[in-house]
Amino acid sequence: MTDSSNNSQGDGARAGIDVSSPIRVLVAKLGLDGHDRGAKVVARILRDAGMEVVYTGLYKSPNDVVSAAIQEDVDVIGVSLLSGSHLPLFQELGRCLREKKAEHIFVVAGGVIPEHDYAALSDSGVDAIVPQEARSDLIVTTIRKLIAERGRI
Amino acid sequence: MTAFAPSRPARRAAYVASAELVPDVLSGSVLAVARMISRAEAGYAEASEALSEIYRHTGKAHVVGITGVPGAGKSTLVAALIKAFASDGQKVGVIAVDPSSPFSGGAILGDRVRMSDAAQSSQAFVRSMATRGHLGGLARATLQAVDVLDAAGYSPIIIETVGVGQDEVEVVTAAHTIVVLSAPGLGDDIQAIKAGILEIADIHAVSKCDRPDAPAAVAALRGMMTLGPGRPGSDWQAPVLPVSSVSGEHISELKDAISRHWDHLRDSGELHDRERNIGRTRILGTARQLFQDRFKRDVTELETHVQAVVDRAMDPSVAACLLLGWENEVQVK
Repeated sequence: MTDSSNNSQGDGARAGIDVSSPIRVLVAKLGLDGHDRGAKVVARILRDAGMEVVYTGLYKSPNDVVSAAIQEDVDVIGVSLLSGSHLPLFQELGRCLREKKAEHIFVVAGGVIPEHDYAALSDSGVDAIVPQEARSDLIVTTIRKLIAERGRI
Repeated sequence: MTAFAPSRPARRAAYVASAELVPDVLSGSVLAVARMISRAEAGYAEASEALSEIYRHTGKAHVVGITGVPGAGKSTLVAALIKAFASDGQKVGVIAVDPSSPFSGGAILGDRVRMSDAAQSSQAFVRSMATRGHLGGLARATLQAVDVLDAAGYSPIIIETVGVGQDEVEVVTAAHTIVVLSAPGLGDDIQAIKAGILEIADIHAVSKCDRPDAPAAVAALRGMMTLGPGRPGSDWQAPVLPVSSVSGEHISELKDAISRHWDHLRDSGELHDRERNIGRTRILGTARQLFQDRFKRDVTELETHVQAVVDRAMDPSVAACLLLGWENEVQVK
């Protein structure tokens, strides 16, 4: 349960109180993969775990996703990919993150991704891969672990 | 089953002090603006001085509130307005508020889905914000986020409220110009003369004007306007504008009306009243919040009074005065 105050615009930082902030995740679909039911299920799982999920919709380019992630100052970009084009798309995503000086944003991949591609994805900047057959809480714990290790920024 | 997550050495990004971010915010760095908004939202004590410094650089932007029922088309309209203002060469800031879950505290912020094309413009900065339990249509830190965008040179700054009901009118004390967006087909002309949200409009827009029932909604609102005077203390006549974000119809008229209202506020001196109104609400709102936060941190004193109230040994208003340290008020009673 969050704050129960009402009818007040608060200048919270003035108070000298550190309020813990929800983890923010941008859930994106990259490229021409039009299947977003999985992404919506993941968004719902993260919401129910107390995270703030920015959902961007379908057919996004890596550049669009990185621009949005920077403006939203998310902790994590979560990408679900089912199309098989994960290698070039994640490489481009990693390149855009570096180019825009946003490498502090974690990248978590999900969807249909064969194990023999894991190492290559890791090299292109993917921080964690959650296999498609994983239980829902694995997504949540994976994200929480990444953030806990990083600390606040 | 585990996730594949190879650990990396010394994972990037140390905490940058808020004071160091301020010059970057003022020069318009998107990364710095985004981070400073997060810190205002989180309420980091460390950021408070930086936000004070930023506040000194505000007061230039035209702040526009867009409100309306869920599904009226607010996000779609904001997307169309971003394009319209950006094509005039203006740097447009947007704060889009969506509700947090009362149960988990989480949120799905979906306003970007409808803004994605417009938000790619280098002239635009779009930020989604969850209410984090705040009621009234805005989030707790919405106005601080507006400060950050203002200091970074964005104007206009559009605040898109959560989808509201009939009475969430907080945006009226947050923005200079209020656009109330109505959708066709949601009620008869009695809906249009009720008190509340429709009264706060400086501009009425009726969305989806490509639909056949739109003219009736426009007529109902225009009818309402003829029944009596507009907002107290103002001689501005709120226009009723049909718009279609899909076809782009009348979006430029709406943009012009927003700009015209800004000119009116400055020329008539009404801007001064609105600024005072915004300032007053922010001070009082923050005072209330500080009071609540104080008793969230230290519950002992509060809980003692709660028990006294439950036991009928004390009434709630006496307990409140005691918590505020107003013993004299209690004796007067």
